[in-house]
Amino acid sequence: MFLEIKDLSVKIENKNILKNLNLNINKGEVHAIMGPNGSGKSTLANVLAGKEDYEILNGKINFKENNLFDLNIEERAQEGMFLAFQYPVEIPGVNITPFLHSAINSKRKRMKEEEIDNLSFAKLLKSKASDLGINIDMLKRSVNTGFSGGEKKRYEILQMSILNPDLAILDETDSGLDIDALKIVTDGVNKLKTKDNSFLIITHYQKLLDYIKPDYVHVMVNGSIVKSGSSEIAAEIENDGFQKFQ
Amino acid sequence: MNSETLNTLDNYSKNKYKYGFVTDIDNEKPKKGLNEDTIKFISFKKNEPEWMLDWRLKAFSKWKKMKEPKWANLNFPEIDYQDIYYYSAPKGFDKKPKDLSEVDPKLIETYNKLGIPLEEQKVLAGVAVDVVFDSVSVATTYKGELEKLGIIFCSIGEAIQKHPHLIKKYLGSVIPAGDHSFSALNSAVFTDGSFVYIPEGVKCPMELSTYFRINAENTGQFERTLIIADKGSYVSYLEGCTAPKRDDNQLHAANVELIALEDAEIKYSTVQNWYPGDEDGKGGIYNFVTKRGLCAGKNSKISWTQVETGSAITWKYPSCILKGDNSIGEFYSVAITNNFQQADTGTKMTHIGKNTKSKIISKGISLGKSQNTYRGEVSFLRKADRARNYTQCDSLLVGNKCGAHTVPYIDSKNNTAVIEHEASTSKINEDQLYYCRQRGLSHEEAVSLIVNGFCKQVLQELPMEFAVEAQKLVSISLEGSVG
Repeated sequence: MFLEIKDLSVKIENKNILKNLNLNINKGEVHAIMGPNGSGKSTLANVLAGKEDYEILNGKINFKENNLFDLNIEERAQEGMFLAFQYPVEIPGVNITPFLHSAINSKRKRMKEEEIDNLSFAKLLKSKASDLGINIDMLKRSVNTGFSGGEKKRYEILQMSILNPDLAILDETDSGLDIDALKIVTDGVNKLKTKDNSFLIITHYQKLLDYIKPDYVHVMVNGSIVKSGSSEIAAEIENDGFQKFQ
Repeated sequence: MNSETLNTLDNYSKNKYKYGFVTDIDNEKPKKGLNEDTIKFISFKKNEPEWMLDWRLKAFSKWKKMKEPKWANLNFPEIDYQDIYYYSAPKGFDKKPKDLSEVDPKLIETYNKLGIPLEEQKVLAGVAVDVVFDSVSVATTYKGELEKLGIIFCSIGEAIQKHPHLIKKYLGSVIPAGDHSFSALNSAVFTDGSFVYIPEGVKCPMELSTYFRINAENTGQFERTLIIADKGSYVSYLEGCTAPKRDDNQLHAANVELIALEDAEIKYSTVQNWYPGDEDGKGGIYNFVTKRGLCAGKNSKISWTQVETGSAITWKYPSCILKGDNSIGEFYSVAITNNFQQADTGTKMTHIGKNTKSKIISKGISLGKSQNTYRGEVSFLRKADRARNYTQCDSLLVGNKCGAHTVPYIDSKNNTAVIEHEASTSKINEDQLYYCRQRGLSHEEAVSLIVNGFCKQVLQELPMEFAVEAQKLVSISLEGSVG
């Protein structure tokens, strides 16, 4: 098993958010989680990434043979977990080139691979950016600083394609995107998808799933997954809303 | 602030100072303490003409009547001026060595360890360096090449001998000896430092640099630097400094005077890395420095850039007197304080001429239990028509036991003056750290990256040869594991 979440319960500030949640993802699969606001979708994404504000009440998570709770945030990232943030934070004065260069090399170090030099990295970054239709000028700016919502999301996908994760979690990446931006983002995901990596796509709307075809769709309500199935569930939600699952 | 951040911060405060070694070398000192004999001893050792000794003694008599300025946000015990050595030179340094073969190999080794090679085949490309060890200048590189252009770059001691007309005209012209107690003290007992003269119309083709090292125990360092840029000339100058780790506090009271004549430009950069004391606040340098530049001529420009990471106490306000019409003054500063360090630093921009412009960018970063104050004064005199100032002060707090303070003074006697002031104080942002770490950067790397980003506006003002070094220094000031 690639990612195995078993009976996971999580609370934050005395509020139980996740309740005995179970989810299994195999290599090469695309899973979508849909649910109303406040159902715990983003919490799940952050718990997977290792954000420290949460208290794990019970359950376990295995990721690539590791007990995930033994790894801190950066170790999880270096093991190949990537979270595309819902609200990417601005980091003024920090240019993406050295930022991502350090990131990719810390991952390579952990994997005992050779580090990539400046020049090769700059080339890689440029070619990935042009694949995603990202203007080279954007690479000269500070990380996320002064970006529009759409630019931030594209920038997340650019980082994802550079770091080439084994498991990519997309937390409401579609929110706030117009159709053109949505197409760029989803194209990026589709290009990156292979039989060796997996995606967990968190979304509120069904629209994203017109562009990315998930193998499984899960409905999350009130901190648990209440229904799992094929992408037909997404269509059901589109027609009837989340009401009938609650 | 979560536990991991606090852990990392705790590691930071176990900061290792990598330049803390002592060079074991015999040195020659007068008796401890300050009196006329001490000054005569220094003047004698320097083989100075009588007018210089008189100048020193006048300053000394002023100093005796003065008290230390107390308005800064700094806490330190009374300085015992009688418990300090005012001169220390490696034995046999009565005359400056002619070339490196006359220099004690231990000294050359010291500078190699500090990353400043002096041997000809290894000198830093494109940077001429004057190195000052305790009270004496050890060597100056690239001197010959500069001489061809008419540029004078030598120790101040040598300039007093060889260029008395320039010294008499300019020394103390920007910082009068009686300005305040530290300037009087420096004028009385200054030992060495650099002298630069750039002739009319000459653009100095390389960075000029001085490297100050305090080695001897209980010794004060009182250097004096004087830079004169004649009409239409340009020079970029950089100073660096380190000192060994010692439990006692050591005093450093430098004076730096800059004079830019018509259409001239001086760019002065400092990377200050004196020993800051240990994590309990023991030891470290007391750094009381007066730096002032005079934009004497029309269209002249003086630009100060400083990266202040060391010293137990920093008291320093590199200033510009904008006398020439259309002259420009700039001040770019990064001050990082950790553990028990205290910094009270900023600038003074005095607008006298018409259309004068000044710009202040200050970035303060406080960690540990340190206190970091920006203090700045911008004043517009009556004739400073259409003068402008832009000030931006940003403070970053890392942890919750440190302090950041901003004290701007503005004084305008001319109602056409335009003043803009922006200030911000922020804590290091957990979301930024989370974001960086999610990309695989360690907690320390993430903090270093965010702080470097915060300082970028200032660091990019440094000469290219030093920008990378300064970035590293910023990271080291935050890290725990460099040693």
